[in-house]
Amino acid sequence: MRAARVLLRPVGLAGFGLLVLVLLVAVFGPVLWDGRATVVDTGNLLAGPSAEHWIGTDNLGRDLFFRVLVATRLSVALALASTGISVALGIVLGAAPLLAGRRAGRLVTGAVSVLVAFPGLLLVLFFAVVFGVGARGAALAVGLAGAPAFARLCHTLIAGISARDYIAAARIAGVSRWRILRRHALPNIAEPLIVNATMAAGGALLTFAGLSFLGLGVQAPSYDWGRLMQDGLNGIYVHPLAALGPGIAVVLAGLAFNLTGEAFAAAFGVDVIPGVARLRQVRNAAAEARGSGATTASTDAGTILSVDDLRVTIPGAQRPIRAVRGVGFAVRDGEAVGVVGESGSGKSMTALALARLIEEPIRVEANHLVFAGEDLMAGGDSAARRKRLGTSLAVVFQDPMTSFNPVHRVGPQLAEVSRFHQGLSRRAALARAVDRLRAVRVRDPERRARQYPFEFSGGMRQRAMIGMGLMGTPRLIIADEPTTALDVTVQRQVLELLTEVRRDTGAALLLISHDVSVVTDVCDRVLVMYAGRIVEELPARDLRTLARHPYTRALVAAVPDMETDLTRPLAVIPGLPVDPSRIPDGCAFAARCPLADDHCRTADPPLRADAAGNRVACHKAGQALPDTAEVTA
Amino acid sequence: MSETTSAAVSRGLPGRPGGLWANRWFRFALRRTGRLLISLWILVTASFLMIHLVPGDPVRAALGPTAPADLVLARTRELGLLDPLWRQYADYLVHLFHGELGTSITSRLPVSETIAQRLPASAQLAVAAFVVSMLVAVPVGVGMAVLTRRGRRRRTELAFTGTSVVLGAIPDFLFGVGLVYLLAVQTHVFPVAGRDGLGSYVLPVLALAIGPAAVLSRIVRVEMLAVMEADYIRTARAKRLTPVRIHLTHALPNAVTATLTLGGLLLSSLVAGTVLVENVFAWPGLGSTIVSSITSKDYPLVQGTVLVYGVGVLLINTLVDVALALLDPRSAIGDG
Repeated sequence: MRAARVLLRPVGLAGFGLLVLVLLVAVFGPVLWDGRATVVDTGNLLAGPSAEHWIGTDNLGRDLFFRVLVATRLSVALALASTGISVALGIVLGAAPLLAGRRAGRLVTGAVSVLVAFPGLLLVLFFAVVFGVGARGAALAVGLAGAPAFARLCHTLIAGISARDYIAAARIAGVSRWRILRRHALPNIAEPLIVNATMAAGGALLTFAGLSFLGLGVQAPSYDWGRLMQDGLNGIYVHPLAALGPGIAVVLAGLAFNLTGEAFAAAFGVDVIPGVARLRQVRNAAAEARGSGATTASTDAGTILSVDDLRVTIPGAQRPIRAVRGVGFAVRDGEAVGVVGESGSGKSMTALALARLIEEPIRVEANHLVFAGEDLMAGGDSAARRKRLGTSLAVVFQDPMTSFNPVHRVGPQLAEVSRFHQGLSRRAALARAVDRLRAVRVRDPERRARQYPFEFSGGMRQRAMIGMGLMGTPRLIIADEPTTALDVTVQRQVLELLTEVRRDTGAALLLISHDVSVVTDVCDRVLVMYAGRIVEELPARDLRTLARHPYTRALVAAVPDMETDLTRPLAVIPGLPVDPSRIPDGCAFAARCPLADDHCRTADPPLRADAAGNRVACHKAGQALPDTAEVTA
Repeated sequence: MSETTSAAVSRGLPGRPGGLWANRWFRFALRRTGRLLISLWILVTASFLMIHLVPGDPVRAALGPTAPADLVLARTRELGLLDPLWRQYADYLVHLFHGELGTSITSRLPVSETIAQRLPASAQLAVAAFVVSMLVAVPVGVGMAVLTRRGRRRRTELAFTGTSVVLGAIPDFLFGVGLVYLLAVQTHVFPVAGRDGLGSYVLPVLALAIGPAAVLSRIVRVEMLAVMEADYIRTARAKRLTPVRIHLTHALPNAVTATLTLGGLLLSSLVAGTVLVENVFAWPGLGSTIVSSITSKDYPLVQGTVLVYGVGVLLINTLVDVALALLDPRSAIGDG
């Protein structure tokens, strides 16, 4: 079925069509045109192109066009034969660990990896010496020379599946090794093997042309494309088409195999990149979403960050995904604000959008996004703005293992900020980096600064990442799940470090987390997000006791504490989070809410602020929940 | 033994306290040298066995059916083919160690002399072609990645991929033939054949470089695209560096490792590719030597040239591994 999709792509269709044509000519060419290719026309020796002979004649006056067509069979047959030899031998060698046991297998694998390092043509020449000059020798030579590459491929593929359960089961059941290879391993590696064999056949075709061209392959009176080219090269001054004609045939046939192979590879593997059409779709959807969930936030003095009606839209395969749908809030100087929600609630997207780290084709829109008095939605990416953001907005990412550049040492990665935004020299910047590493309690910072990220543990990298944010004078730290990828003991250290940094620098903190207890420990205020919206905002200390939204209360209930009754099942939130590409009309949480009624399912509750400044978006805010045991049931 | 040596090495490296650092590089050097030596041994043994694998009497085959029997016998003795196999092997190794590769059957000249005379021309061609293809591929690949990333400029992308697939599928000797036709026969811009002055290098080098440049630039683009989605690029953007700096110092080194691996393979295939291109341009290098020696069954000369090509390839592979280890230190700890 997937193979059929190949024909839907232009490249696949062209390649496959060309391949069918080449094979048809190979099968029927000699039958149809052999007479015209061998008839000697003594009146037209070495003639140029004419109406009678399209690309001229050779030294016996034979028509070259038909000779090229007839030569298709030999050229293709030799290429296929040698590819067959390569594949068969490659499978046996590659399956050696499976067939002959681990020790012999390792020996074969070692030999293969030595052989694979030699270019094919060199191996071909070596075998051509052994087998002698001629078509059969060349076929064997090309076949044997191609075997190591296939052995390597098969080895990798078989190693990939031999750990699987069905192979282990077959082995335990006492199935013979050859049978395991034939019945269990080969069918599972057939796809990549066929793709590679198709492309290898194209390669073999070219190699053969080369060998015959050198005079080491097909010998007269037989002829293939390489042989015809060699004959033509001598006369390239007089009539170049005699050499170029067979050359074009070689390229076309080679392309036929290669394009078919690539098209199959693409059909079996990779996805297409989101295209222009999707981008347009997103723009429309984003325009439609505008103004629907508008909420306002104050932009007083003493506010470091303020955002209003933030929307993030991702182009999807069918419909755009509205990851963030109108989020508005503010962070005051030195304040710690937490954002909690399940995965997919849009909290990380919000964080990245606020830091202006989201790129096309994902769209970010907002009525305003003011950081330190500057609207980041307006104006371009000027050097001055880069400098301000680079020194005063620090970002700590979720996965410290992948967030450092693996090819640069840690010290210079930190120092970069000071070199490019604060005008420090390389040496001074590195000294500051060492100082900052010390400030985030990395032991032996001089030595650590000279090390590569892979020499750091996860917790240490996250501390170094925080240190990177301290290279400037941060006024806001956006930390996107900074402890999720870490061990529990290290989590605590990183959170303490964040608190300490905040105390020392007076920076505000926007902490994104799915962990309610982390947020209540560290933050002053909490925003609860669900399906790309803020559903509740309240002081962190009130989260456990005064939350009014059923979702917030369910989140809190799902965290066991010292008073949790362990004889009852732990509370969970029933149902699944909303699919962000299919958000329902009414309240997004209605389907999972024990309080929901028809009104909830049709009318989307607005986010309303009370006298104390707390906000909640729920028609049933604060109503008593049914017994939690029922919720979990 | 390795304990003391590694300690010595670690002391020898300044500014890297702690044996771990030095040890890792030392282990890498040891492992890589070991692999090089084993590969060399296999290569030498294979080239030794080559003459013995030829079915029938190789000397008779070389001299032709009309050669007198005593001449064949004399040559067979001269080649040492009458000795027991182990002695022949030992002699072969000893001679090799002294740089003696035997005497050509047809020209009666020492093989090492022929090789010394012909190798430079081939090496120049291969190196020049490698440099040209790298100089073209990296900027083009990076530029294309930046221009077409995240589904932008679909038409440019399609044109680029299409062109590079077609160019990559055309073998170098066909480029040679095409270039000769276009730029030498039709327009007389460059000489058709031979090695005479800088102009004569242009066509062979181009013929060798076009295909690899096309393939390589595609690889560079794909690698760049993958790298630019990495978390550490987002970190670099969070540092608000300029796009140029993000692309060149943060993305490119990470993309180059895979490119270099493939570039090494291409370079070693360029070494072999010269064989074909030299024959198109009548280039006085090793490529024409190996072909004529195979057709004339001049086994000592074949052995010698195969050895030289093989050693060249092995050295290139080792160099690439070392360069990779320096660029990406993680590759030095793996099982390479």
